[in-house]
Amino acid sequence: MLSQYFFILVMSGLAVVLPLSAIVMGHFLGPRRPDEIKNDIYESGVETIGETWVQFRAQYYLIGLVFVVFDVEALFLFPIAVAYQQLEMFAVLATIFFVLLLVIGLMYDWRKGALEWQ
Amino acid sequence: MQVTQWSEALSSWLMGLGLPGWAAIFLVYAVGSFILINYGMLSVLLLIWITRKAISRIQDRIGPNRVGKYGLLQTVADAAKLLSKEDITPYEADKIAYNLSPVLSVFGVLMLLAVIPFAPGLTGVDLNVAALYIVALGSIGIMAALMAGWGSNNKYALLAGFRVVAQLLSYEIPLVLAILTVVLLTGSMRFGQIVEMQSLHLGGFNLGLGWLGIVMPGALIVFFVSSLAEAELTPFDLLEAESELIAGFHIEYSGMKFAMFFLAQFLNAWILAAVAVTLFLGGWQGPGVGLPVIGPLLGLGYFMIKVYGIYVLQQWIRGTFPRIRIDQMMYFAWKVLVPLMIGLIVAQAIIQKLPTPVAVQYVLIFIANVGVMAVVAYVLQKYFREEQMRTKRSFEPTSLIGSMQVSEKGTMY
Repeated sequence: MLSQYFFILVMSGLAVVLPLSAIVMGHFLGPRRPDEIKNDIYESGVETIGETWVQFRAQYYLIGLVFVVFDVEALFLFPIAVAYQQLEMFAVLATIFFVLLLVIGLMYDWRKGALEWQ
Repeated sequence: MQVTQWSEALSSWLMGLGLPGWAAIFLVYAVGSFILINYGMLSVLLLIWITRKAISRIQDRIGPNRVGKYGLLQTVADAAKLLSKEDITPYEADKIAYNLSPVLSVFGVLMLLAVIPFAPGLTGVDLNVAALYIVALGSIGIMAALMAGWGSNNKYALLAGFRVVAQLLSYEIPLVLAILTVVLLTGSMRFGQIVEMQSLHLGGFNLGLGWLGIVMPGALIVFFVSSLAEAELTPFDLLEAESELIAGFHIEYSGMKFAMFFLAQFLNAWILAAVAVTLFLGGWQGPGVGLPVIGPLLGLGYFMIKVYGIYVLQQWIRGTFPRIRIDQMMYFAWKVLVPLMIGLIVAQAIIQKLPTPVAVQYVLIFIANVGVMAVVAYVLQKYFREEQMRTKRSFEPTSLIGSMQVSEKGTMY
């Protein structure tokens, strides 16, 4: 059981080392002639104006929030789905009620326009 | 059917040679994951060749045909070229995020390979939470894209990074819910068990055609469409729309770092195809996989044929479909796919508790899936008809004349 996760550990070590070694190899094999223009930010040849790291529209954060709600829902549904064949009637009804609760949440988001791209 | 894992067989063989247990296991795991990762990274060379050949055939070209037989070595030459390119870091980049994101992007994709069952007994590791593992590790790519966009200190890259987050998060939900329908039916998150349950025994002979995609075609299609979006393929490739965003979030990257993003993208498409095959199309199941010696080899062959078939289908779609707008992308994910998948899961949960034989339940689940497909088709057809009417109205010459008359009236008064 635990040795399975040991495989994941070994593999994650290698999955970092091998791409990293390719990048390091490319770093040493390639030429290195930095200059003012080349290392500038590429925005179609137009010089960049102002800061990049500024405030962004709230739409992206709204999507992130809605996503978190539904991802956590799916996370709760996975163990229920695995044990579903042994569940009793009350647990089944509770599961369906839980899903319907989230449907109400989705409808609320829908009505409020959080799913709209404006 | 009890299949022994390759790792158990190998490590017990090594322990028989006199190695201590932990050393044997470590050695076997290191070799296994090394082979798996190298397979993943090298198969991308073939994947890119398939893509270029398929798309050029669709566009009535020949495609790469100079380097090697049928141009097979073209991508090898490209990789060698990328290796010798200069590694440029923009002046004001956020060094940590900029350098970490290509590695992280490949890492998130390569780790998915660990749980894919290639053949009976040939899985990296047959985790009992494999479905959840796929969902969890799949999210790392989103973070890598955002880090790349943020780290490059480029406005277009940052914008593309945010768009990647919006799209991948949106399509993650229908993808996860489609996986959930399979887990609900099979009662297991272990990929090996899910594949084994898709066998079909006929008089002691494993026909291997009890694919879940036959019972739940709706979930299969939703999974496939969301996997297209997750792999950033056309019609959902608005993240690297050449005409809008120059090259997407990896615009400031060059050389091997760019190659890593490229690799992650192609391998992601392949792995999502592999997950689709595992969950819905029987994995390594096929006629004759139960046979003693050639069974596993046949299984590997069936798996590869299915996965590369799905991959070619993805590239076919990539070569034929136009690109959609971002508001259409959001609309389709949240207002069509997510409510339908929730409805499907509730329907399936009720059907599975009905006091009827299993065969009747399967028929009912099939009907629910057909219903989902019909609703998706209806919504799309309605949407496209409205869109067609709108564009036709705005381009019709009569409407132009009408507007001119109005403006003339305006000048007269």
